[in-house]
Amino acid sequence: MMAIQIRDLHKQFGRHKVLQGVDLDIVDGETMTIIGGSGTGKSVTLKHMVGLLQADQGSIVIDGTDVIRSTSEADIVAAQNKFGFLFQGAALFDSLSVGENVAFGLRNLRKDLSEPEIQGIVKEKLELVGLPGVQNMAPSDLSGGMRKRVGLARAIAHSPKYIVYDEPTTGLDPITADMINELIVDMQKKLKVTSIVVTHDMVSAYKISDRIAMLYEGKIIEVGSPDQIKNTANPYVKQFVTGSSHGPIKLKLRAWD
Amino acid sequence: MIRKYIRTWWRDSVEATGEVALLLWDLVRSIFRDRFDVNLFMAQAARIGVDSLPVVSVTSLFVGMVLALQTGYSFKNVFNEPLFVGTVVGFSILKELGPVLTAIVVSGRIGASIAAELGTMKVTEQIDALYTLGTNPIRYLGVPRFLAAFLMLPVLTIYADCIGIMGGYLISITKLGIPSTVYWDDILNNIQTDVMIHGLLKTFAFAAIVATTACYMGFTTQGGAEGVGRATTRAVVVSMVLILISDYFVSALLVAFGIG
Repeated sequence: MMAIQIRDLHKQFGRHKVLQGVDLDIVDGETMTIIGGSGTGKSVTLKHMVGLLQADQGSIVIDGTDVIRSTSEADIVAAQNKFGFLFQGAALFDSLSVGENVAFGLRNLRKDLSEPEIQGIVKEKLELVGLPGVQNMAPSDLSGGMRKRVGLARAIAHSPKYIVYDEPTTGLDPITADMINELIVDMQKKLKVTSIVVTHDMVSAYKISDRIAMLYEGKIIEVGSPDQIKNTANPYVKQFVTGSSHGPIKLKLRAWD
Repeated sequence: MIRKYIRTWWRDSVEATGEVALLLWDLVRSIFRDRFDVNLFMAQAARIGVDSLPVVSVTSLFVGMVLALQTGYSFKNVFNEPLFVGTVVGFSILKELGPVLTAIVVSGRIGASIAAELGTMKVTEQIDALYTLGTNPIRYLGVPRFLAAFLMLPVLTIYADCIGIMGGYLISITKLGIPSTVYWDDILNNIQTDVMIHGLLKTFAFAAIVATTACYMGFTTQGGAEGVGRATTRAVVVSMVLILISDYFVSALLVAFGIG
């Protein structure tokens, strides 16, 4: 079943056109990875889905609700609350303990829960990401990989239908990165969620994805299974996935070139 | 080249003014519409109020002292004795120096720290994270800081007024040889309550300026650590300038209405 439909999404920052008509379908239960160079608008696409950015043009339909054009604010909020977002730098709240970070979304989005139930879920989610018993630590005491995992526990705490990962392995050493990859696959199996991942780490993309979409110059230029992407005929995609500086993709020296 | 620069500057300024006005509107609307979180408010009130006490004490004490000293010696030159020192100190502190200096000290201390804190949260995506966890950042971060500034600045100003007048008193009796009763009579006989009200009403405008500017600079921070530094500096400079400009206009308005 079609879960998320993005049609003709446009976004411009000042004079810089970032998205120029993104079309993408995401199916229930799959892990869709969006790949592409830095600054091509991968994160921008994600942020439109959860309502952090307002589109200039186009539509994003989430389970039947167009979050860009719908006039019912309640419907939009309901659709956006189906997402759990893992930010690039984890974005843990420095002023709160790890436990309070994980509980934060529960307190706001699941008002039916009692305090012991919330603590129970916090404990369960931290165990799920392999960090039992860290509730009372401060985020500043955690390593990069641990922060990402706490960020993941926070993102999945309110049992979202969709989990969005913004460059989950960027800035981590290869072993920690692989652990995060395994967690993403794990979440998929255990929680039966739909995942949308943005990355430029091809090792990670091949390992976790059901399908991969390549974003280039503000448009999706190819969508396919990891094998299809690996053996693509498209010269742009080929250059990107093989990581070569020779090919049709020219490096831009400045963002506005 | 210069024309282009002026045009960009003008466009950016108009845009920023509009955005600040919208933020102020969102803050005020959120105060009346959304659930109020007492704990968040108390934490900010303590930070703005209690933590500012030492610096406000020192500045207002010395301002009161120097005012008495200057008035006393100037009037000694003109009238051969230090007349009306209490009156001059009282008027100056209650109407102008108490409110304005407290607002400027608070903007340097609290405005900067609010802008730096919110700016850091912005560049580390914590503000985006709040939003994705079902929390409106304006309600959760903006409103407690705005309300705390709005309520604590007048309290701090009353405190600064008292300390300033005490500073004037110290110098009057020790250096100028004015009898204690004369100093207090000068204040109590010549200054009516509306003078104090004049000063306090202005602090509400200053509080709104400090809190809104700091929140705006914080929420719109871009570009990592450097951006946070820029936002912090701007928050302080812009609020100081706006405090001094608005001081004239609000004073003129209050005088026109016969307050003070």
